[in-house]
Formats: sequence, structure tokens, C-alpha cells
Amino acid sequence: MGGTLVVAEHVRGQLRDVTKELVTAAAELGDGPVTIAVIARDPGPLAAAANVPGVDEVVAVAVDADGFSADTALAAIEQLVSEREPSVVLTGFTVDAMGFAPALAARIDLGFASDVVAVRRDGGALVVERDFYGAKVRAELEFPGHDRVLLMLRPTVWAPAEGTGSATVSQLSVASESRSRHLEYVEAGGEGDVDITKADFLLSIGRGVGEKDSITRFEELATAMGATLGVSRPLVDAGWMPAARQVGQSGKTVKPKVYLAFGISGAVQHLAGMKTSGTIIAVNTDPEAAIFGVAHYGAVCDIFDVAEELEKLY
Amino acid sequence: MKIVVCVKQVAMLGDEVEFTPDGRGVDPDYLEHALNEWDSYATEEALRIREAAGGGEVVVVSAGDEDAEDAMRRCLAMGADRGVRIAGDGIPAGDPITTARALAEVVRGEGADLVLCGVQSSDAVQGATGTALAELLGLPRVAVVKKIEYDHAARKAVVHRELEGGLVDVNEVETPAVITIQTGINEPRYATLRAIKQAEQKEIEVVEPGQLGPPAASVRRMFVPPRGEGAELLGDDAAGVAQRIKQIVEERLR
Repeated sequence: MGGTLVVAEHVRGQLRDVTKELVTAAAELGDGPVTIAVIARDPGPLAAAANVPGVDEVVAVAVDADGFSADTALAAIEQLVSEREPSVVLTGFTVDAMGFAPALAARIDLGFASDVVAVRRDGGALVVERDFYGAKVRAELEFPGHDRVLLMLRPTVWAPAEGTGSATVSQLSVASESRSRHLEYVEAGGEGDVDITKADFLLSIGRGVGEKDSITRFEELATAMGATLGVSRPLVDAGWMPAARQVGQSGKTVKPKVYLAFGISGAVQHLAGMKTSGTIIAVNTDPEAAIFGVAHYGAVCDIFDVAEELEKLY
Repeated sequence: MKIVVCVKQVAMLGDEVEFTPDGRGVDPDYLEHALNEWDSYATEEALRIREAAGGGEVVVVSAGDEDAEDAMRRCLAMGADRGVRIAGDGIPAGDPITTARALAEVVRGEGADLVLCGVQSSDAVQGATGTALAELLGLPRVAVVKKIEYDHAARKAVVHRELEGGLVDVNEVETPAVITIQTGINEPRYATLRAIKQAEQKEIEVVEPGQLGPPAASVRRMFVPPRGEGAELLGDDAAGVAQRIKQIVEERLR
């Protein structure tokens, strides 16, 4: 059979950007027809949104579950895979997909890799790339003995497929038992008045500040410079700053005119949330820090020394 | 009540790297090891659930070579009761499905009320082992959890899934279940010196893995990724750097 099955992702009735990135990756791979599955209680409107150039067929899969259910998603995709026999199944490397994609690979013995950043055919063999050891090393993976492979692709690597496509739309209804159920959505919170996505100038701090007491100083510096303070994940995990300030995949995606990063090494999830900023300036003591890979300007300096000098200027 | 926590001894690379002669891995001399950060949160969460229940057992399970026992001892020093290590010399790197198969047999045998895993390991970042394990055990699973309210009597838990973009999805899940734990869910305790000493006396049983089947993926080669253009450097004199930052900010915000 062959072809690529893309699993669409959506939250609160909106198709997520990663879905259209998966379509681009599928088209680029060129492994036969591209089918996209949209799984929801009422998949109609989402199926229309998923009909983008590059898609040959949209399957609107109606299920009896609100929000996301891992059991339901798993049952629906298993059924589609057995009916359509795609050679490649693509999902995002996302929280929802982490709930079912590895389970499907284990259940029906698929080749599997996640956080994939490149996909190609080498001869007939599927070859993908992903990072190891804090992205200091990249690996090529292959899948000997597997005719069918499930790949979870890293968000923001492929450009989203835009526009209106001309795919056929078909309907499918999948009944399944779910052992979990959605109760409600809540915003990870605190400081509801701050919207870091609206700022033109973000001054962001990370693990490099070392201790909680140092945060005040950078807060004051941000104010003096006319910037909004953002933080990377470790400061939120430590309970030092509210989640509303967090830049990155699990926090907010920001695109200010200027992003000034102090003591942020640049985890993949952080970079995904800020790499499209207009001008990125990074200060870090580690010359190997990944943030320098996306920064336009960089300084390998002690952040407190630079802060002190900036305090004199503002 | 019994809680199983699956943990991993992760490898970290310094500034330099050499590859093994076959090009498929990193020369072990260049790697340092530690307990995976996510797994320390998972262990802490298990200990807190046990403490809230006023009793029970926390069992640490790991698939890995003898060095992995260092990571397990950390968890035992935090307060876990005992460990089981699956001798993991034959488990290919970069294959969480096979790791899950190796873990499944042992975890099934424990008959736990809850199984906690870290969301991902810092060295491989597959985010897959826990979910694959749940499937092999026939258990429900919830990935990337920031809060657990476990009701042992009712055999269910209310869990907060941390979605992208600062959104939390509150779910109710039947237990036993496999829950993968996100960093920040708690504040992992430090082990006292005394606890570290006592942990040396705790039991770590070693078992051989069963038939694992063919790997879900194999590393063909490893390489140092090409670096981008890189940033324009502003020098290393703090005063000069500050001047340039001010200038760039003013230009861009004009």
C-alpha cells in the first residue's frame, strides 16, 4: 500500500500549527499519497482546516470523547493503519502524541523514533535524524526489519503547509472505551495581567541567575531598559517565577523585536518558543551554549558583570 | 499500596566528543553519568504519595548496566524501599520501545497500584518509554503530568497534563495507570548523608531481560551537527558588551 498517514493535532477546536508542519514533512518525504486523520467528537470543521496543499485525503474520524483521550486516539489510529497500511505514520513530538504514539509502536510493532528533525529515503530505506546528549551529537537512525515506521517530528522544524487544498474528505466512526476522561482546561497561571507575547522587548533570564534572590535585580534592569521580564523553564520549575512568564514550548511562544537572553543555555523547547524573534542577543558564560546557535549577537561573559554595566547606562 | 518508579542513569557529554570505532555511538570515556532529572521528580512524587497514604512501598526499576545502580541508589537514598535492575547491556541506544519491553516483565510482576516514569530522559529525549510500557502492561497512561491527586480507595487519579502554550488539561484516569512526570511537579528532596549510607544496605535485585524482539530503531551513525552561522560576538569586556547591547536595542526598537 504505502503512503503517509499524518495525525492531526488540535486543542479547544483549533487545529495546531504542528499539523501543517507534518504535512510539509510528508510531502517532502514523497512516500505516496498523504492521508491526514482528524480525530474529534465533531471533526467536520477541523477536517476542513486540515485540507491544505499536499494532502490527498482527509479522514474525519468521529469519536465518543471530549478533548483528548489517549485510548481513543490509539484505537482510531490503529484502525486507520490496519485499513490504509501506510509505510510512515507522522505525529508531532507533542504532549498529546506522547500519550498514544509510543503505545501504538509497541502494540503493532512499528519502527519508532521521536523528536525527529530530518526524514529521507536512502535507496529504499527510511533514514531519520535526531539529537542525543543535549543536542551535542546528532544520529542517523534506520529501521531494519520494519515495513512501517512511526515518527514523532519536532515542532517548528518544517514550515507549515499553507493555503486551501483539494483533498477528498471521507468519514470514519470509531467506537472505543476510554479509561481516562477530560474534565476541564485551566491556564497554567499566575500574574494574569502579564502577557509576554505582547512585548516588543523581552529580557529573559535562565538557570544562570543561580538563585532566587538574583531575580529582583534583573526585574529592575528590565524595567529600567523598558523591557518585559521573561524566564526559562527551570525558574518556573523551582517555583521562583510564575508560569505566565515562561518562554518556550510549554510556556509562551514569543516573537518580540528584541530578545535579550541572560544565562539561558537554550534547550530545544526554549528555542522553539523564541527563535523567530527579530533580534536575539545572548549572554552566557558557556561558549558552547545552544542559544548562540540562534542568536544574532552573543557575548561569552558573566551575566552579572554585564548587568552591572547596563545598570550604569540606564 | 505499591508504586513502581522507572528510572534511568543518563549520560552527559562535555565539550569534547569522540565516537566509537563503528561510528554508531559516543566513546564512553567522554560521558559522565547521573540520575535523569525527570526521574528524580518521579521518585519524589512516589514518596509523597506513599507518605500521604501513611504507608506502602516504592520500588525503583531500571534497565541498564551496573553503573545504573548509582542512579538507583540516589532514589533509595531519597527514600525508595528497594530496587530491581534489568541487566541492560543488550538494549540498543535510541530505542525506547525495546527499553519498555525490558521493563515490562519486571513491572508487571510487581503488580503496582501506580507506575511513575519521567517524561523523558535528558540524553535521548524520546518521551516514549512510559507510554510504551503502559501499552505492554495493558494499563491506561497519562503523559506529561504536573499534578496528581491519587484516590487509592476509588482506584482513580485526577491528573494535570501540561500541554503546550501554558494550557493544562485536567483528566481523570483509572488506576493502576502509568503516569509520566514533568519537571516542576514537586521539589525533589536532598538525601542526607545518613540516608545515602543507609541506601547502600537496601536491596537491588538484578534480573536478566526476557526476549526483547527486534529493535524499533538502530543508530546508523553519529556525528557532530553542523553549527549555523552563529552569533556575531560582542566581545568579552562587560562594559563594551553593555554599550553594544544598548546600541542594538535602541536601533531595533526605534
